[in-house]
Amino acid sequence: MKVSANAQERVELAHNAAGRAVPTMVNGKPQIPFLGAGKYQPRGRKAAPVICSNKDYPDSGDKRVADLETALRKCGLRDGMVISNHHHLRDGDKVALMALEAAARIGVKDLMWFPSASFPSQQNAITLMEKGVIHHIEGSMNGPLGDYCTQGNMRGMGVLRSHGGRYQAIQDGEVHIDIAVIAAPTADFFGNADGSHGKSACGSLGFALADSTYADRVIVVTDNLVPFPCVPWQIQGNNVDFVVEVESIGDPAKIVSGTTQITRSPDRLRIAELVAQFLRATGIMKNGFSFQAGAGGIALAFVEYLKQMMKQDGIKARFVRGGSTKYLVELLHEGLTDYILDGQTFDLDGVRSIATDPRHVATSPFTSYNYHGKGNFASLVDAVVLGATEVDVNFNANVVTHSDGRLLHGIGGWQNCLFAGCIILALPSFRDRIPVIVDEVTTMTGPGEMIDVVVTERGIAINPRRTDLLDAVTARGSKLPIRPIQDIKADVEKICGKPARPKLGDRPCAVVKWVDGTLLDTVWQVS
Amino acid sequence: MPIAVETTTPRSAEAGHWGAEIRSDVHVAFEARDSGGVEISLQSRVAPYYGSAILEQTREVLGELGVKHARVAIHDEGALPFVIAARIEAAAERAGITFGKRSLPAQHPLPPPSPKDRLRRSRLYLPGSEPKYYINASLHGPDAVILDLEDSVHRSEKDAARILVRNTLRAVDFGSCERMVRINQLPLGLEDLAEVVGESPDLILIPKVEQPEQVREVDRMTAEIKERHGITRPIWIMPILESALGIENAFAVATASENVAALTIGLEDYTADLGVVKTTEGHESQYARSRVLNAAHASGVQAIDSVFSDVADMDGLRRWGEASRAAGFEGMGCLHPGQIRVIHQAFEPTALEIEKARNVVAAFEEAQSKGLAVVSLGSKMIDPPVVERALKLVERAKAMGAIS
Repeated sequence: MKVSANAQERVELAHNAAGRAVPTMVNGKPQIPFLGAGKYQPRGRKAAPVICSNKDYPDSGDKRVADLETALRKCGLRDGMVISNHHHLRDGDKVALMALEAAARIGVKDLMWFPSASFPSQQNAITLMEKGVIHHIEGSMNGPLGDYCTQGNMRGMGVLRSHGGRYQAIQDGEVHIDIAVIAAPTADFFGNADGSHGKSACGSLGFALADSTYADRVIVVTDNLVPFPCVPWQIQGNNVDFVVEVESIGDPAKIVSGTTQITRSPDRLRIAELVAQFLRATGIMKNGFSFQAGAGGIALAFVEYLKQMMKQDGIKARFVRGGSTKYLVELLHEGLTDYILDGQTFDLDGVRSIATDPRHVATSPFTSYNYHGKGNFASLVDAVVLGATEVDVNFNANVVTHSDGRLLHGIGGWQNCLFAGCIILALPSFRDRIPVIVDEVTTMTGPGEMIDVVVTERGIAINPRRTDLLDAVTARGSKLPIRPIQDIKADVEKICGKPARPKLGDRPCAVVKWVDGTLLDTVWQVS
Repeated sequence: MPIAVETTTPRSAEAGHWGAEIRSDVHVAFEARDSGGVEISLQSRVAPYYGSAILEQTREVLGELGVKHARVAIHDEGALPFVIAARIEAAAERAGITFGKRSLPAQHPLPPPSPKDRLRRSRLYLPGSEPKYYINASLHGPDAVILDLEDSVHRSEKDAARILVRNTLRAVDFGSCERMVRINQLPLGLEDLAEVVGESPDLILIPKVEQPEQVREVDRMTAEIKERHGITRPIWIMPILESALGIENAFAVATASENVAALTIGLEDYTADLGVVKTTEGHESQYARSRVLNAAHASGVQAIDSVFSDVADMDGLRRWGEASRAAGFEGMGCLHPGQIRVIHQAFEPTALEIEKARNVVAAFEEAQSKGLAVVSLGSKMIDPPVVERALKLVERAKAMGAIS
């Protein structure tokens, strides 16, 4: 099928196993449409960086250069290269723009920027796209960058990957990083780097692991240079080409929140409590169990409710998965879990804990999410509590776009978490009059066959495929408001009225990858 | 937060709220004119989904209000249809062009009528000009919701709140909650009655009652409106005593009408009237609370306690609630849904109490079946009031779901 987007462009589309139309080519590379979860079998050998030799590096171990521009020049930066960054400094990050602006001063064009995620404070990347320095972004795009993309202003197509999908794309060579620029809260001149110490401490540096091992050239940028050795090291200096010292790598106030806030909305608290009650009622909450919840208001409140129930029932978890916050740290301190396996660290309590407590362990997308590993941790977790912008009556969910088609969020670890034992979406049934349960999601980010439970303030819908969960709840005689998802949807439409479907354009401006690198869906230009 | 107030220019007015902080409300600016038809401009955060529905509804509401020529500027923050209708009507009424016409949203089926002595452990206050709290209020499981037209509504908002509360009573599903309205102090409260009684609230709270005549006045007017609307289901009255004089007249107030179902106390105003500080322990209001309790029980109506205003202090709330139940109150007010469960637990009889009461009831039933006038439990003789209390406790515990 051919769709004519405008006079210059023709994008060929194919329908994938989820019934979604996806481009056959993205940014000049042929694509495989989604074949169904677990259906795609990649072959061949993993990608690798160029061979390097000790003789080319100083015996003193001192790899420092004057500034980032010098480092980029020495890395051989040229037009069309791929530059990567990690997002552990979140909205406080200064290094990514520092690197891209240095590249602009060098005068290169058409770079592909490959961040593990982008943030609103990096909206200057738009200027660099307008100037031609950046050709396109492959990575999550939120706020202004998301709007720029869905308005169809980016020259290339955006590619949205999960954290595990990013590792997969690097490992199987779909994306080759020419130069990785790694912000490091602490580092030595050799390039060993750590995230949990220093004035810009962010905890784990896991998102930079693939970049440090697979990029041709690696630059570490730090504002806390310590004498060799930097201990502990999360990034190995043996992978690093150059070290650059700068005044500041980020705004500490925006890197971690002082305190993460539990929601105060009574409706959201109710949702959080229902999720915790569900885990208790199904018997998933039992000695030695494990769970993962994010740092959103509902997820944090869920942890608090679950904690009370664990105490009441004398239950202890074997491990919990971060994004860590003070609420997970409290579980550790109160002996309610043996370990925190932490992918990213959201608040000061989390950072302090990961820096000092050996039971609070930094993980990476390799250990937790990667598709090309020999297994990963995600499938070992008993239950995860996730959010979504929309879910449809077949339990397919959307986390990347709003119902009007605008790109709002990255995928993060969301898709990877779908491999856990019990997948729970915790959502208000409507936001600002807009129902969250729809006939068909605007953008499919996760297939319904992998989503088990939708918890709203108006009731809990269990995916009919999970008769075991339904049986577990009823066997224990729980009074939880278990309802068909269609009933909750009908309730909400009675309150809000049935919304009109915003008309989307027919020009693809970004694609959503599944964890295996196949194309799950398309983000269309907003008309 | 921009607050719309009644404007002085005739035929041009506004109502409702908008702004980044506002949710589920809408601001309507109205300019009546003599010709040119209806012209609507709409800004809405939900425009892609409900833009045309809002425009269509606006035309419909204007039609029902008999407005043929007007400029209407709507700034919507995701308001639900019953709110949109209320705000348009309030703005049009303020512009003085509705001539008594109303626009009523679709009627949600009324819940069953409320028994006079129903469970009233918790009543959740919902401010009369904050529509975002209404839709999900019943999900938190209070025994009652109170749509408040009094203290939580600014003076300049009374007219608009009245219309909003009327629409809310009509359109919102409050589940099994009793639907209460707190009107304003008389005489303003009579205007509230005129607007809301037609929508069959289950109970009217009258604030700052000092004389039985005030209750009778509300009762008379309610009866008149009910008759006009053909409403036969009961609308109960709960007077709030909030002054030294009101407390002194507690019994007369409680017995002023058959329709008084409960008597309650407002401690903020009462302590202000005494010129003393309201404390968490509440020693300063001990006499007043005792007086209300005694008057309520003497007149056979429920005694209901005040609110506990520190919504973060759950331990304090629990202590207050337990003491309140021990003293003879049957419930109290809630300012936040988080208080509901604690209050329900506090007002629930203990397992030991339930067990004792059940034993008494069993002994009573056994005596009945044997035709004995004297009830005995083990070696003890049980007095009739003890039996009566046990029967009531078991029945209440069942209603609370504490036993089946």
